[in-house]
Amino acid sequence: MTIIFLLIGISLLVALTFLGAFFWAVRSGQYEDDYTPAVRMLFEDEVEPDEPA
Amino acid sequence: MPPTLAPAPALPLTHVACTHCGDDCPDDPIRLVAQPALSFCCPGCRAVYELLAASNLCTYYRLDERPGQKVRAVELPGRFDYLDLESVQGQLLAFRSPTLARLTLSIPQMHCASCIWLLENLFKLNPGISASRVNFLRKELTVSYHPETTSLKAVVTLLAAINYEPRITLAELGAQLHHGTRTLYYQLGVAAFGFGNVMLLAFPEYFSFSGQLQSTFGNFFGWLSLLLSLPVLLVSARGFYRSAWQGLRQRYINLDFPISLGLTALFITSVSEVMTQRGPGFFDSFTGLVFFMLIGKWVQQRSYDALRFDRDFTSYFPVAVTLLTKTGEQSVSVKELKPGQRIRVRHQEIIPADAILLRGTALIDYSFVSGESVPVARQAGETVYAGGRQVGEAVDLEVVREVSQGYLTQLWNNPAFQKEEKANLETYANHVGRYFVGLTLALALGAVAYWYPKDPQMALRAFTSVLVIACPCALSLATPFAMGAALRVLGRRTLYLKNSAVVETLGRADTIVFDKTGTLTDVKKAAVEYLGPALSPGQQRAVAAVVRHSTHPLSQRLAAELPPSQLAVAGFAEIPGQGLRGTVGGVVVRVGSAAFVGAAVATNEAAEPAENLQSRVFISLGNNLSGYYIFRNVYRDDLCEVLAALNRRYRLAVLSGDNETEQARLRALFGPQAELHFHQTPQQKLDYIAALRQQGRTVVMVGDGLNDAGALQRADAGIALTDTLTNFSPACDAILEAGSFGQLATIMGFSRDCLRVVLATFVLSFCYNGVGLALAVQGRFTPIVSAILMPISSISVMVFATLLVRVAAWRRRL
Repeated sequence: MTIIFLLIGISLLVALTFLGAFFWAVRSGQYEDDYTPAVRMLFEDEVEPDEPA
Repeated sequence: MPPTLAPAPALPLTHVACTHCGDDCPDDPIRLVAQPALSFCCPGCRAVYELLAASNLCTYYRLDERPGQKVRAVELPGRFDYLDLESVQGQLLAFRSPTLARLTLSIPQMHCASCIWLLENLFKLNPGISASRVNFLRKELTVSYHPETTSLKAVVTLLAAINYEPRITLAELGAQLHHGTRTLYYQLGVAAFGFGNVMLLAFPEYFSFSGQLQSTFGNFFGWLSLLLSLPVLLVSARGFYRSAWQGLRQRYINLDFPISLGLTALFITSVSEVMTQRGPGFFDSFTGLVFFMLIGKWVQQRSYDALRFDRDFTSYFPVAVTLLTKTGEQSVSVKELKPGQRIRVRHQEIIPADAILLRGTALIDYSFVSGESVPVARQAGETVYAGGRQVGEAVDLEVVREVSQGYLTQLWNNPAFQKEEKANLETYANHVGRYFVGLTLALALGAVAYWYPKDPQMALRAFTSVLVIACPCALSLATPFAMGAALRVLGRRTLYLKNSAVVETLGRADTIVFDKTGTLTDVKKAAVEYLGPALSPGQQRAVAAVVRHSTHPLSQRLAAELPPSQLAVAGFAEIPGQGLRGTVGGVVVRVGSAAFVGAAVATNEAAEPAENLQSRVFISLGNNLSGYYIFRNVYRDDLCEVLAALNRRYRLAVLSGDNETEQARLRALFGPQAELHFHQTPQQKLDYIAALRQQGRTVVMVGDGLNDAGALQRADAGIALTDTLTNFSPACDAILEAGSFGQLATIMGFSRDCLRVVLATFVLSFCYNGVGLALAVQGRFTPIVSAILMPISSISVMVFATLLVRVAAWRRRL
């Protein structure tokens, strides 16, 4: 059953990784504005005009 | 006329969709000059269309290529000169280096997806801009640019040219970017991490195979849980302790006090259990509690993040002003303005300080100050007050008082404005919290007294259990969730509240005080009445053709009233402060003041001074005086129903800056009990509200102008009425869009419902506390009971509060 110590250690490491990822996301400002990116995503990349000017 | 409409019968005339963003257009849609068939909902959408057209990006609309219009230049070249000032730049720019500069601008006009698109594509219009990012909820734009190739002034001028003029005011200067929210996210993350992992470690305890496992791992799990809970206590729970401590220092017990007490008891009990190896402790409940309560805080914070309300006079005044010196014009910060200095105020600029007019004809639009839509004319030598907006030619002024000492700004020196927040928000939750502490401590001590003689160990257990279970976690969640839901419902009805406590105040209110001009009356809908010999339709069209050329508010009002006219006007001239002149079909048409049109009526006017209140516009055709138009303020459409509904429950009062001419009409509308006061100065309004509050009344003030600012601030809840949210509105607790005025009675009723919802949720959470307490005093409060009861009570309270508010809104058809 001592394997449990190892497993718990690993699970904690995984959880800490996610906590770190969350901190990074907060620090990089991703939670400052949770509306605009959803709209921004829908803007299409501009293509060259397909009709001659 | 009808035959010309025939080709487009498919177009419904009532709802025209904007070509760009697809929103409904206003009744009079904005159109493109090159393509009148396209209608737009806002100037921004039209500008986007024009830009796209100019850049050959019309596939976006599947339209033919069109050259589109050039981005129009800002009409006042000198307007943004102050942005070149080193001191202004130093305050505005968030980051500065020789190769890059970055700043955040507030752009209240943005409202739709196309606004975001355009503002984020600024680099296509000015190659010096390297990037621009929108924060839509805060209506902010962060722009980065190369100072070598472009300047701050160029960026702002570009924004103004595409109708997104940023609001740069004194208050905006030195304002820091808000980072307060991040702390809460960190706290939430730590709490979630602790909660999740501690719960996993507690699972063996939940399922009864603990006996076998406990012997081998119990101790290890316990210590690990303690380790994981420590950051939750130190980081996540810090806010509760700080708030409780702040309350105590002000000799005030708020809801965070019993919460802190409960959390401390929970943590200490758990630590001692782990240390003495008696059990796994309550760490799962502890971390869960903190996590759920932080969610409550997060909901609360989100609901008033969107609008910023903390405004004072600095929000209204310009950043810089043109100072006249011996060497010429110079741009200086308004803060440095001293009495005796001479300044120049141009068309559409705000007068920053009380001053004497030296040169030029001042035509000052005090609409924001007093709600009166008609500009006031002032001659050289007269005093003009700060806050007005000059319309027409540039005028020279001599400053009499410093900006902070002006007639209107003196209001802000009133103690009502000095307080950071209105005296500790006496919310129900805090009120209940105080009794809660007493009750809890009494129960806890009672349990000790009962158990101690029999079983000292049990006494300690009962004592801590009571403190733990009485922790008003559910109670603290009830208000944020109920009020958060209420705020969203009210936001849909265009009532925007400063914070959730305002809902409670509205629900408790017993007196409503109204301002008259601009609040009860609808400035935009001034009734136009014509007096004099009737004009023929041809003559009306001639007048309409002339007034259409003017941007004066009264001209525009008149143009809307008269039939549309396509007649050509020759020799049009507008004399600021006097009137308009133009020749239509060989006839000279004059529109303006009595003196401008013909002196004959001047005596007539003097004969009826009471009528002076209304604005008049005189008309003369071919040098013969025809008659005049009178503009009368009309009351809002639904005023009658609103007042009837409010009169049943509230004491009503009116504070008007005007004289008593309207008294009879107001009396009829408000009924015999209402108090009507006229000739009220801003200070008197404030004092009146203060007096009402002294009598123990809960006062709601509804006003619109800067002259109501003191009263709005002094009232328990100040509601500012505004025509467009982007307009300035005074400092207040709530902003109501004027179009929703008719729903005021419903909104007040809904607020009362919300109070009841909060109380109902309190009852529910008390039930949970009751069950828990019953177990606790018997010493049967085990970790597993706690682990089940805590999350259930928290989650059910969140759901219950949100649902009930939704039901209340649905029943009131909000």
